[in-house]
Amino acid sequence: MSTVLETRGLVKCFGRFVAADGVNLRVQAGARHALIGPNGAGKTTLINLLTGFLEPTAGDILFKGEVVTRLPQHRRVQRGLARTFQINRLFADLTALESVLIAVNERLGLAGRFWRPVGAFAQAVDDATAVLSDLHLLEVAHERTRSLPYGKRRLLEIALALAARPQVLLLDEPAAGVPAAESRELFDTIARLPRDVTVLLIEHDMDLVFRFADRISVLVDGALLAEGEPEVIARHPRVKEVYLGGASDG
Amino acid sequence: MARSGIELAAMAQTATARSARWHWAEWAFWLLPLIAYFLFPRHWVFLSQIAITALFCLSLDLILGYAGIVSLGHTAFFGVGAYTAGLLASHGLGDPLLGLLAAALCAAALGLLTSFLVLRGADLTRLMVTLGVAMMLYEAANKLTDITGGVDGVQGITVEPVLGRFALDLYGRTAYWYSLAVLFVLFWVARRLVHSPVGLSLRGIRQNVSRMPALGTPVNRRLAAIYTVGAAYAGVAGGLLAQTTQFVAVDVLAFPRSAELLLMLVLGGAGNLYGALVGAIVFMTARHLLSDINPQYWQFWLGLLLVLIVLFARDGIVGGLRRAIERISR
Repeated sequence: MSTVLETRGLVKCFGRFVAADGVNLRVQAGARHALIGPNGAGKTTLINLLTGFLEPTAGDILFKGEVVTRLPQHRRVQRGLARTFQINRLFADLTALESVLIAVNERLGLAGRFWRPVGAFAQAVDDATAVLSDLHLLEVAHERTRSLPYGKRRLLEIALALAARPQVLLLDEPAAGVPAAESRELFDTIARLPRDVTVLLIEHDMDLVFRFADRISVLVDGALLAEGEPEVIARHPRVKEVYLGGASDG
Repeated sequence: MARSGIELAAMAQTATARSARWHWAEWAFWLLPLIAYFLFPRHWVFLSQIAITALFCLSLDLILGYAGIVSLGHTAFFGVGAYTAGLLASHGLGDPLLGLLAAALCAAALGLLTSFLVLRGADLTRLMVTLGVAMMLYEAANKLTDITGGVDGVQGITVEPVLGRFALDLYGRTAYWYSLAVLFVLFWVARRLVHSPVGLSLRGIRQNVSRMPALGTPVNRRLAAIYTVGAAYAGVAGGLLAQTTQFVAVDVLAFPRSAELLLMLVLGGAGNLYGALVGAIVFMTARHLLSDINPQYWQFWLGLLLVLIVLFARDGIVGGLRRAIERISR
């Protein structure tokens, strides 16, 4: 398998606090890659750096073999790198369909069109309805986001990222705040994503991680502690220490 | 009541198409200016000023209501448009439509130029930058008396008949039809714009700007574009005023005009195009009537109305009406 996303010596400092400490991460194409670690380990910071939400203090990010370290967020999305947010960032007064259409229009190069109404672009509406259908959101396509139940909003959060048809999808705790029963369903949906979409996932629920991932990286205090297949990580003494032993969880 | 995916997809198609279609209430609204023409024949001059102000207010709605850019200096573009049309007409180029086109282009150029300054900051920065740009232009126009005539105004504005046929008359008949026609055409264009993919992306930017780059949207480029369009609209409004009154002086660039405009838009309701029109109509009419009754005191009532609107109907008169109708019809 080839590497699709890679970081080289990635460093991010907030003042004197080091949130990413020389991270060398490699994500293989088609992988189901999980990023785990205690709270405050810098997992979300890493996602923010990968997507251009934050600029690194040092180091480089390579996407499909090209350096994208200084590329603005929207350009990385256009190249096929999309993400979801740990805390929903949605459009309260847009319907689910309209929200997804924003991303679809950008992907199809229609977002700058200003004369014909949104609904006149059949290809875009078709694509958006397909995404909604994949995530079981078709029934609420015309509901405003503010009136959707939380679980549906969580799915919409993922739908927005998928609408960009990413080659690499970064999921930041997709099931955060979702009740256990629904989170299973949500992960079934994520598991059904086509294999050509690479997934990098942050998740706290170890059951879900070990069921879903074929590769795991462990981040502690901004640095990669271990990386490998789930069985290897499960037996890794330092990882056990961090998760089970008396290591500081902060 | 499970529906098939295809059925739902088809519904999605028609529902998105329907939202762009004209509602009967909109047609009814546009009958009002026609009725007003016959009802108030002695007030055509005033009516055309309402139409011009409505266009100006519409231009602010595009940038504030749709793009979320707060401006305290929007009259910069109005003034540039007014001077462009006025100066052209005083130098022998009195064709009205040519004048409006030039006004639009000059204002758009200033809009594009200043958009880069405006987009750099957050709300407070934007307020100050827009205010500052308008102040600089005001002083420049005030000093360049050779060209602008300062407070006395541009001398010798002669406007040719509209379309070579309809001369501007003292009663304001032509002025009214001309202003109204320009307002309607530009409203129609703006309406298409806000229902288009660009409009959707602007609504997204206003509701959650931090998410948009993650969907692939070049936020600043889109904001610069709508800011430029808004500037062009304001320029046309300024040009219309210069042509229909055959007069331009520095007050077109003065701060009160920007402040009043913001007030009108908040009054009417930002972000739905009609709020801008309603705000302009209500404000202008209220000032007209109240200042007749009591010239000193009318701002008190205006202030009171504004406070009530902001406290009880954040989305203005149009937003309040819409919610009231929804409640009744439910």
